[in-house]
Amino acid sequence: MQIKEYTEKNIHTIEIIGDLDASSAIQLDKAFEDALLKGQKKILIDCKNLMYIASAGLGVFVSHIESFKEQNINCILYNMSDKVKNIFQILGLDSLLMIVKDREAALHSIQ
Amino acid sequence: MIYYYKINCLPKNLKLIREFTTSALRNMPLSDIEINQLVLAVDEICTNLMVHAHHYNPDEFIEVSISQFPEAIQFEIIDRNITDFDISQYKFLGMTKIIQEKRKGGLGLLLVHKIMDKVELKQENSQNTWRLLKTLPQK
Repeated sequence: MQIKEYTEKNIHTIEIIGDLDASSAIQLDKAFEDALLKGQKKILIDCKNLMYIASAGLGVFVSHIESFKEQNINCILYNMSDKVKNIFQILGLDSLLMIVKDREAALHSIQ
Repeated sequence: MIYYYKINCLPKNLKLIREFTTSALRNMPLSDIEINQLVLAVDEICTNLMVHAHHYNPDEFIEVSISQFPEAIQFEIIDRNITDFDISQYKFLGMTKIIQEKRKGGLGLLLVHKIMDKVELKQENSQNTWRLLKTLPQK
């Protein structure tokens, strides 16, 4: 798995490429931790190339929900495939995290 | 038809197990979403075994077999390890508590239970057999 990151107009984007499983979840966790340390308040997660997610990957998102609330951070996931979204839905995480269709919708929601 | 795979406990092999499971399930009347769910359930059990029971020891193995029956698909995941894990004592912590305590773990077995229709763990001597059953919709 690879993580690509860039910041543009105070919006930090994290792109996840590949499979987010037990052996790669730590990379996403580090990306979140770094973004929080830098004081990022608007975080977008591009899931276009997220091919697979296991519980370890879901756990990274779940473990940060409270920090996002505490630090008033807006985090939005977009470009998610139906099969990956389905895994979020199984645990009801689609109602705890904002998941939108594409980057345009994500940018609109995060403003 | 029975599909069988034996592999040693290394992090990179989890992806190979997913590929094996996907390949077997492609021969069955399942949608991509259903295949992904079942692959995930098998992956969660294999990950738990490799990480917690075998600590990614490359000298130790797990076996996965997939059998298709007219009414159901059965997955068996076998490892050899003395464990005191009791599936009947498994209780989900609750999503609210997991979020509040900022936990990263505790979701894997919940997913397996939500995806599969039956989840059993049989322990005999030092052999553990996880049996997961998914009922197929009847036409």
